[in-house]
Amino acid sequence: MPKKYHIKATPAAPRFIPVGRSGIIDWEEDCLKCTTCVKKRCLYDVYKNRSYDSRTMVDSIDHQCKNCFSCIQNCPRGVLSKTINPEFLKMGDAYWKPDIIHGTWFQAETGKIPVSGAGYRGPFSGPGFDAMWTDMSEIVRPTRDGIHGREYISTGIDVGRKQHHLEFDGTGAARLEMFPLVEIPIPVIFNVLPFGSLGKGITLSMAGAARRIGTLMYVTPETYDETLKPFKAQLIPLLPAEELDLEADILKGVKMVELFYAPNVWERVQQLKERHPQLVVSVRIPLNPEAKAITADLARAGAEVIHLFADYRGNEFVDGDSPRFVKDVMRDIHTHLVDEAIRDEVTLLTSGGIALAEHLPKALICGADGAAIDLPLLIALECRVCKRCVAGKSCPVELNNLDPKYGRQRLVNLMCSWWSQLIEMMGAMGIRDVRRVRGEAGRAMFFEDLERDTFGAIFGGRQ
Amino acid sequence: MKADIKRTASRFRHTIGKYKVLRGTQCKSCAGCVVTCPYGVHFKAGTRMGMPKDYLCVGPDVCQSKGTLCVEKCPNQALSVALNPQIKALGDFRWTAELLMSTWHQAETGELPIVDMEYRLGNSGGGFDKMRFRFPEKLEREIPADEIDTSIELNKRGDNAHRITIPIPVYQGGMSFGSVSNSTMVSRAAAAKRWGTFGCTGEGGYPEFLHPYDDFMITQVATGLFGVKEETIQRVRIIEFKYAQGAKPGLGGHLLGDKVTEAVAKMREAVKGSALFSPFPFHSVYSVEDHKKHVDWIKAMNPKALVSVKVSTPADVDMVAIGSYYAGAHIVHLDGSYGGTGAAPDIAKKNIAMPIEYAIPKVHQFLLEEGVRDKVTLIASGGIRTAHDIMKAIALGADGVVEGTAGMVALECTRCSSCESGRGCPRGIATTDPELAEFVKVDWGAQRIYNLYASWRKQMVNILQQFGMRSIREMVGRTDCLRHLDYN
Repeated sequence: MPKKYHIKATPAAPRFIPVGRSGIIDWEEDCLKCTTCVKKRCLYDVYKNRSYDSRTMVDSIDHQCKNCFSCIQNCPRGVLSKTINPEFLKMGDAYWKPDIIHGTWFQAETGKIPVSGAGYRGPFSGPGFDAMWTDMSEIVRPTRDGIHGREYISTGIDVGRKQHHLEFDGTGAARLEMFPLVEIPIPVIFNVLPFGSLGKGITLSMAGAARRIGTLMYVTPETYDETLKPFKAQLIPLLPAEELDLEADILKGVKMVELFYAPNVWERVQQLKERHPQLVVSVRIPLNPEAKAITADLARAGAEVIHLFADYRGNEFVDGDSPRFVKDVMRDIHTHLVDEAIRDEVTLLTSGGIALAEHLPKALICGADGAAIDLPLLIALECRVCKRCVAGKSCPVELNNLDPKYGRQRLVNLMCSWWSQLIEMMGAMGIRDVRRVRGEAGRAMFFEDLERDTFGAIFGGRQ
Repeated sequence: MKADIKRTASRFRHTIGKYKVLRGTQCKSCAGCVVTCPYGVHFKAGTRMGMPKDYLCVGPDVCQSKGTLCVEKCPNQALSVALNPQIKALGDFRWTAELLMSTWHQAETGELPIVDMEYRLGNSGGGFDKMRFRFPEKLEREIPADEIDTSIELNKRGDNAHRITIPIPVYQGGMSFGSVSNSTMVSRAAAAKRWGTFGCTGEGGYPEFLHPYDDFMITQVATGLFGVKEETIQRVRIIEFKYAQGAKPGLGGHLLGDKVTEAVAKMREAVKGSALFSPFPFHSVYSVEDHKKHVDWIKAMNPKALVSVKVSTPADVDMVAIGSYYAGAHIVHLDGSYGGTGAAPDIAKKNIAMPIEYAIPKVHQFLLEEGVRDKVTLIASGGIRTAHDIMKAIALGADGVVEGTAGMVALECTRCSSCESGRGCPRGIATTDPELAEFVKVDWGAQRIYNLYASWRKQMVNILQQFGMRSIREMVGRTDCLRHLDYN
């Protein structure tokens, strides 16, 4: 049995005080200065450890306060007051919610799975990935006890084209030449970042983390330079199909290349395969109404990998108000390939809108073999998704000035947490190999199905 | 049944209320407001005015219409009243601030709040929160409240095991020794006993201090088998197999080494300071036949015991339920995915297994089709917050419910979710720290939980009256009594 895969987390404290959810307002003027001050009795020493960062204008109390209300309820004059920190609510946007950002920071700092007491606090269901639940097994089906190491749960995937069946030559001997495959131990690839104050420190952090955990990262010709040479085995050059230089330095020493979709892309793929037969060649296709037909055509033609990307909120690229979400489009395309009996040959990657650890198994259930992630990496490096950088303004957490060693550890920690959570969910589903999660919609429950089958039967038609 | 309600106030100096009443320095302590306010917000402390008990304030709109608005009547314009801005930081989608505050009020008084607060629903946007009762327009005659029966039968198999009837369709979920303070455990058990219903030990063993409540305790056999002994199995009338927990379906538990104190280690028959794992699943149960073996093993030790099977809500929960019945269970207990916990991965709470609102009708319907529904007591938990939730769960097909979080809220839990942080719960509930645990006094805690159940029962009786039903048993599976806002 090969060595068990493991990601090692090492705590990496934030460089800046994180923006916290909970604010305490302290009206000093009415204070009795009583000797049994409730602030001294704070269980979490929030007041004792209080500090203020004048550069980023953040009070540590907002980050440390656990929202227990004890000081508020016990202060003799009631001079303490609570509210939600408005700066917290301002972070991110409608998709990249403040809670997602905050939770990602925790994971990047500690490498731990977020654990808390009391039941779920969120809405019943929601749009996108929140409209599905994963399954669990009990009594009538076995689970897999992965997290405590009793059973080995494999999270590795093979990126590339697979043989559909064994072929024989005229003499009856099996043809044993295989397509090249890149094996990665976790179904996550680091994507090109959609925006950000992107300095060398970030690229090197990502490359370092990709090497540490054994995965791959995309790189564009603009970001590629000498400093990335030591990470060649990790890199996937992302190139335009039109002006492809078959002899470019960026192609030497890499295992995989990805071309942006263009009408002549298949021609380019074949040229590339002819010149570099050992390379796995992928095609990056925007998720839009044409993506399904293009994917099926390429898969039939012999494409090895197809990467379907949505926008950074997981929506397909269409004009109009109601784009479909990546989960629904991927299910549609996956099912179509299954119907066409060409699904098993091709590797499907997806990206866009993968924001939380749970989105990874959910994307796989919807039909992807693996996912590329972007913004969570940037958030792990303390990004607040304020998008000041998009407007050309300075970054509040100075991401352009990042020590790659520190950044690498934050990313490794995040991946450690995501990997552990993937194993938790697979264990509950009773699946021991992540390759089996792909398209396994039977181990998931979709909001619309549950509503129809239970409430629909009781209450009639849905409005 | 007449409930023995005693007013049991908050332990805190200030109870959080919907409105904030402020008294300015213009106040001349004339005490006019004491007379004006019929709700007891204002009071005199010595020669001066006390800080307003603003959690009793019903708000300016009500007082304006009744002519009892202290703000207007104050001769010195010293008073002001507004919505309390602090409650923005309180609560969440499932347990809103108003739901927390109205549950605190019920625990304090045994009555519904007179303050206009939503005490029936959360704000989760689905499930129970989207369901309403479809009350008939008018009834031929109203059944007097004291003739309405809210009791349920826990042994419907009619076998040799105990016949147990509980007077309210509610018993308590397991909370382990070590996960909550001893005083919390005893408070809950005492409230259960006073109501004639059941508490539950959880999986952390059966501490001696629960002996006085033996006849009203369920003991749990969970995957770690911690503290399970022949003697503890023989001590009780109901044994619960915990196959899974709604908050972490399909996952095991992990008790950190430093939580394994001398006492916890002794109770769990383990070594102090070394971490303990509750595996998932029972490594001896991979089929219904294996499960039957478990049940037989219990029955050999305690032939009269009722057997409850607590399971979570996978896609095939109906198969699990029928299998459990055929293996000899009296009670099938479904714990939905939004259930409570002392600690669980957030990813599991949110994503794994289905909410209880789907599982109840699915299982109820399947058991009906299989012709065994009247032989099983179907109990639901995991997101039952209010009397209205209980009635909805029953209308969807459950016989009764198990409550956990609501009882904690009665003990002034704010659902801050930090059960595991630092020294433990700042309210003395989920902690093993002796100083913090002092905060929950048994008499206080038992009465608060008792009061909450009393208020719940009154609401259940009221709902049954509006439907013209004499017994809560008539409500089981009556989905025609419900409507869902998303459906026509």
